Amino acid sequence: MTAQTLYDKLWQSHVVHQESDGTALLYIDRHLIHEVTSPQAFEGLKLAGRKPWRISSIVATADHNTPTTDWDKGILDPVSKQQVDTLDANIREVGSLAYFPFKDKGQGIVHVVGPEQGATLPGMTVVCGDSHTSTHGAFACLAHGIGTSEVEHVLATQTLVAKKSKAMLVKVEGELPVGVTAKDIALAVIGKIGTAGGTGYAIEFGGSAIRSLSMEGRMTLCNMAIEAGARAGMVAVDEKTIDYVKGRPFAPKADQFEAAAAYWRTLVSDEGAVFDEVVELDAAAIVPQVTWGTSPEMVVGIDAAVPNPAAESNSVKRGSIERALSYMGLAADTPISDIPLDIVFIGSCTNSRIEDLREAAAIAKGYKKANSVKAVLVVPGSGLVKAQAESEGLHKVFIEAGFEWREPGCSMCLAMNADRLNPGERCASTSNRNFEGRQGQGGRTHLVSPAMAAAAAIKGHFVDVRDWQFNA
Amino acid sequence: MQAFTTLNGLVCPLDRANVDTDAIIPKQFLKSIKRSGFGPNLFDEWRYLDHGEPGMDNSVRPLNPEFVLNFPRYKGAQVLLARENFGCGSSREHAPWALEDYGFRAVIAPSFADIFFNNCYKNGVLPIVLPAEVVDKLFAATAGNEGYKLMIDLAAQTVSTPDGQSYAFDITEHRKHCMLNGLDEIGLTLAHADKIKAFEDQRRQQQPWLFA
Repeated sequence: MTAQTLYDKLWQSHVVHQESDGTALLYIDRHLIHEVTSPQAFEGLKLAGRKPWRISSIVATADHNTPTTDWDKGILDPVSKQQVDTLDANIREVGSLAYFPFKDKGQGIVHVVGPEQGATLPGMTVVCGDSHTSTHGAFACLAHGIGTSEVEHVLATQTLVAKKSKAMLVKVEGELPVGVTAKDIALAVIGKIGTAGGTGYAIEFGGSAIRSLSMEGRMTLCNMAIEAGARAGMVAVDEKTIDYVKGRPFAPKADQFEAAAAYWRTLVSDEGAVFDEVVELDAAAIVPQVTWGTSPEMVVGIDAAVPNPAAESNSVKRGSIERALSYMGLAADTPISDIPLDIVFIGSCTNSRIEDLREAAAIAKGYKKANSVKAVLVVPGSGLVKAQAESEGLHKVFIEAGFEWREPGCSMCLAMNADRLNPGERCASTSNRNFEGRQGQGGRTHLVSPAMAAAAAIKGHFVDVRDWQFNA
Repeated sequence: MQAFTTLNGLVCPLDRANVDTDAIIPKQFLKSIKRSGFGPNLFDEWRYLDHGEPGMDNSVRPLNPEFVLNFPRYKGAQVLLARENFGCGSSREHAPWALEDYGFRAVIAPSFADIFFNNCYKNGVLPIVLPAEVVDKLFAATAGNEGYKLMIDLAAQTVSTPDGQSYAFDITEHRKHCMLNGLDEIGLTLAHADKIKAFEDQRRQQQPWLFA
């Protein structure tokens, strides 16, 4: 038998039917649902007189619109409230495997909730009306974002019409320097291949540096595959994967677990499997990354400076750099460490898990935020992450540093709730997109790791966390 | 879904690479639970000088005269000419909904982001990939000729210029068939319901933990 990639295996094991032009019907194991991209799908289903195919595939939560303060007051924005109420009504009507409504202790960002509940299992196809569904690929799942018409299609048929992508291997070998994280790998990869570098591909992340990452680090990395243009990112199964899943609420129980784990261990690319494209990075050479522009590919190391458009020969690219610098209010050649911050946001489906909060707290411990920084929001990814952080006392470290300890949700990653930047405000953010207006109209976003964000909050400008003086 | 057969449409050029779906339709408009009505907020942050929120009367908002969609010569445009990686970022289908609601039926670019590309087909908006050098020529021709139109023929898979140049584009047979006939894809898929059921039954036996 020919050697297969992990992607080949995942694809092949889900094909229900294939047309002569390669268009396939893929069976969907897990359907994650949130309030923003589902109301029109449920409405469409109802109008056509159709029923959901398999409600036990559905895991739902409200995350995009939910506030991160004053939960006792409910959702004040009536339009946001209507959307969350609509999800509530739809899920209660059709049913689900699990639903974590607003204020539930398990509520949180859908891509944090799925894995922590064991609802994301190796070998699954996982879809959600959200581009950061790629996160779940960390469990050797074929996981990607879909549009609302496809949400309706999956509800009605338990399948997706799809065409196989090409396969890319991003191989990161070597040891990451202290202070350099999965987020920095993700940004370095995007800096290397560009935001369209992965378009048309499913990316597998491999190599010794990836094997060394925790499951949470792998989630951060796969989460940002979409920012490299790839709908799906994935990491092969190893014992870390299996250990992470074991004992979680929706994981297989004792009698089935060993059979499941035996199958999961086959979810690796075979020796000699051929990829359409291979990209290699040296982990030891990666420095903490900071984006300077309005696309995640506009990224440099903390030791570098904002680029000069005059050095770019391609006119479309030069125009993009000039427009980005103008929007960001930055002068060419400014050292990254000279950039001052107004706001710091630690959260999002990229970086709001317990290890991210530990990483930020380790930096913040014994320090106060800079006076020039107006606010530092720490938004845990879920109610369970929040409870865990509080049991470890991390919230006290943040509060003593002058940071705000918030309720879980998507928050300022996309600013659909009240958490947003004002025009001209500059933010160090652990989220995934620095697009114009993403965190609020006129807001300026710099993407960084949780450690880099916390350090910037303390110093008021970007600093190199590799040189950080930790307090015991 | 609206069928797409041929279109002879006015072209509007949007000369920026990496236009993301946050720019196409900003997040505050995603709070709607409807599929329609997004057109007035297409490119909201670029198109208006004030900050847009749902429920505003868009007809009285100050327009940004420097944004191409507001140029009188592009009023009524049905073909959007764009640059690399158009539609990157968020999976929001509100982006093609907004383009379609505004009146665009086709987008031409050297490349598209995958999710947006896929979402377009579900809404009768035809995304067409043409080589970068052809797109460059079309940008120049659009700038140089007021009222510049392109003729798109889906059955023939061609984009033709007024001076008789014709460029071929690719599309899968499945998508072409659905677009030409305005088909409901769910209906087509449910024709395979027995196959789906059989696949599911087999899967339930082999991996029962997926069906707990």
